[in-house]
Amino acid sequence: MADQAVQGAGETRRDFLELAALATTAVGAAALVWPLVDSMNPSADVLALSSTEVDVSQVPEGSAITVKWRGSPVFVRHRTAVEIEEAENVELSALPDPQPDSERAQRAEMLIVVGVCTHLGCVPLGNKPTEPRGEFGGWFCPCHGSHYDTSGRIRKGPAPANLPVPTYTYLSDDVVRIG
Amino acid sequence: MILAWRGTLATIGLVLGLAHAAAAAEGVAVPSRSWSFDGIFGTYDRAAAQRGFQVYQNVCAGCHGVRFLAFRNLLDIGLDEETVRAVAAERTVVDGPDDGGEMYERPGRLSDRWPSPFANEQAARAAMGGAYPLDLSLIAKARPQGPDYLYALLTGYHEPPADMAVPDGLYYNAYFPGHLIAMPPPLSDGAVEYADGTEATVAQMASDVTYFLTWLAEPKLEERKQTGIKVVLFLIVLTALLYAYKRRIWADVH
Amino acid sequence: MSGNHTQPVFRNGLVRWVDDRLPIFTIAYNMVGPGYPTPRNLNYFWNFGSLAGLVLVLQIMTGIVLAMHYTPHTSMAFDSVEHIMRDVNWGWLLRYAHANGASMFFIVVYIHIFRGLYYGSYKPPRELLWMLGVVILLLMMATAFMGYVLPWGQMSFWGATVITNLFSAVPVFGESIVTWLWGGFSVDNPTLNRFYSLHYLLPFVIVAVVVLHIMALHQFGSNNPVGIDVRKKDMIPFHPYYTVKDLFGIGVFLLFFSAFLFWAPNMLGHPDNYIPANPLSTPAHIVPEWYFLPFYAILRAIPDKLMGVIAMFASIGVLFLLPWLDTSRVRSANFRPIYRVLFWVLVLDCVLLTYIGAKPPEGIYITLGRVATFYYFFHFLVLLPLLGKIERPLPLPDSITKPVLPRSGGLAAQPAE
Repeated sequence: MADQAVQGAGETRRDFLELAALATTAVGAAALVWPLVDSMNPSADVLALSSTEVDVSQVPEGSAITVKWRGSPVFVRHRTAVEIEEAENVELSALPDPQPDSERAQRAEMLIVVGVCTHLGCVPLGNKPTEPRGEFGGWFCPCHGSHYDTSGRIRKGPAPANLPVPTYTYLSDDVVRIG
Repeated sequence: MILAWRGTLATIGLVLGLAHAAAAAEGVAVPSRSWSFDGIFGTYDRAAAQRGFQVYQNVCAGCHGVRFLAFRNLLDIGLDEETVRAVAAERTVVDGPDDGGEMYERPGRLSDRWPSPFANEQAARAAMGGAYPLDLSLIAKARPQGPDYLYALLTGYHEPPADMAVPDGLYYNAYFPGHLIAMPPPLSDGAVEYADGTEATVAQMASDVTYFLTWLAEPKLEERKQTGIKVVLFLIVLTALLYAYKRRIWADVH
Repeated sequence: MSGNHTQPVFRNGLVRWVDDRLPIFTIAYNMVGPGYPTPRNLNYFWNFGSLAGLVLVLQIMTGIVLAMHYTPHTSMAFDSVEHIMRDVNWGWLLRYAHANGASMFFIVVYIHIFRGLYYGSYKPPRELLWMLGVVILLLMMATAFMGYVLPWGQMSFWGATVITNLFSAVPVFGESIVTWLWGGFSVDNPTLNRFYSLHYLLPFVIVAVVVLHIMALHQFGSNNPVGIDVRKKDMIPFHPYYTVKDLFGIGVFLLFFSAFLFWAPNMLGHPDNYIPANPLSTPAHIVPEWYFLPFYAILRAIPDKLMGVIAMFASIGVLFLLPWLDTSRVRSANFRPIYRVLFWVLVLDCVLLTYIGAKPPEGIYITLGRVATFYYFFHFLVLLPLLGKIERPLPLPDSITKPVLPRSGGLAAQPAE
């Protein structure tokens, strides 16, 4: 408050000692706040739970399953030959977020993407046979009308990016570890 | 003024000291030992803690759980990841339900906690003839002078005094409150073959497992003391600066 | 020199603009700024008010974050505290700071109270200021007690059981009151949940009463070691003189706090609270936290359940009446030779009560506890009213800058430093 109030008698003194004392106090106060803030970051047990295993042999061709990974849905879709072909034959320049299908699936028949719309985080429809799959045969987000194609790429609507592909590895022919 | 401050400090010391001493002075007096984690700069002796984990695995784990130990925590006492993955994989963990709605067993992973040997206290008592083997996760903090007490207890199985009758199923222990304990002497010379070649005497194993259990009860001790040193050094500088600044401000009043 | 309500002139245009419409800067200026005139002779015992404020803020800050990680359910509370200690970033620091912070709060506030007792800060015209302080103490005790229940260890559970059972001493309605407090027929999940809710609420009630406490303080300003009313020329502005002095005091205090926090975080706790609560087995020796021990000793000193409870509450209740029980018109003990001795006897009596509270109620401790309890009330109810009539105080100086007092030990009147 020293610099805000001007009083006839108590004029402000700016010298090295004052600067050093107040700066050190400020540093201390900031250091005090850091543990409070950092404690809200993911804790060690949450970070440790960052992988999940899926048996993909159980997914019939043409359909998809949803598995939970880090609290979010991951879509595992066993694509048909037609769907793969559609995904591969798109002109990349026509895409809002250009990315070839080959970069998005380690095995062409098995597409694994995080099922969270890149617009504002809703879960797109299209995994169940009864749900709409949008104009491009992939997924359709009902919240604000984003359409994804059979490679999970954004084609139409407000979403800015493709459905992200999580890191995953095939532990065997059937089992995939996500994360 | 100085006298009053001395009086005040003495009173604080007296109150806290008395309250602490009165609370701690229960049970049998336990001899103090010196530990690597004592003192201002104390740290855990990693080799001792690893040996202690071996003792826990081979001797204690059959009856005593450590439910707050996640396998990944073992990395902190210096075991490498491959070893810890192997330790985890040896343990069976219940997971599920699977798509059929059934719980299933699988090998442990780094993120899992150590599975307890019994499903619950009742199951433990049924299996152990009425006695309940405590979970050891916090035992080193749940007893006065925890580490000293653990060491004393594990090495305290002596011949009972002549005038003391020891009922069946109980054992005499010099340091257990009441002296009659249901746990049979857990350690005997050579009960464990140490990976690092240390001779496995009862005293050695008791000390090692105490290191392990103390680490398990207070895994952040090193982080705490090291943070403390930084904080105190900072506060000394800050307080000195503020004192000098205060003298400056007050100069015209005196 | 400024008066009590000056209108400061602010240099910064934005500050001026805001202050015109919402005079927060003027209020701060007159509350803790240059606009608050303060006696120049306050010694370091006057630091403890601002220290208490600091600890309250620290407790609220750490508490709010801890509440983000804690789970108030009997089957998860203990584990969630261990989750904080093991997995949450800095969780060990936050929890130890909060648990030891409670002890620090009481250390600071007890010194603050005894300072008031020594220098007669409760005497006219500061009676309400003092009584609001006693209200804060009561709220602190309730908050601390309910906070200690939350980790759901053995001491949490049995402490809660014993203390809530105090209310069963109430004639006729006792049982119903206790059942109502518990929300069941024993301390259980409903109890834990309501304690959590109230533990979160009460600190903010404390903040509100602290605001009233400070408002009452500003009505007549701080008392001082000489205890006489202070002339204008012996006043200095709160800022920068006492802001910087308080900051220095905070530095010293944080060093003291750090010693516990980083090297003996469990010294003031009880090992049994690292054992999960077990409603079927009481620990051999139940002890409350150290700051409750004197009251616990008074409770146990009286062999009748209802009377014991009444005595315990009366030991605080008597503080409300203190401004009228002390009949001497001289404030500072520096000018009251007999009272000064009695003050230190009372301090020793409270230390003795603390010790007795930690000891099992058997043998010599029962007798000592009764003597100490008797003396506590004797001091306030008999000695103080009589003393004002018979004691001959030393001559008071004309102004705080001219102490007429010879150096006589105790809290001799001196300007700070």
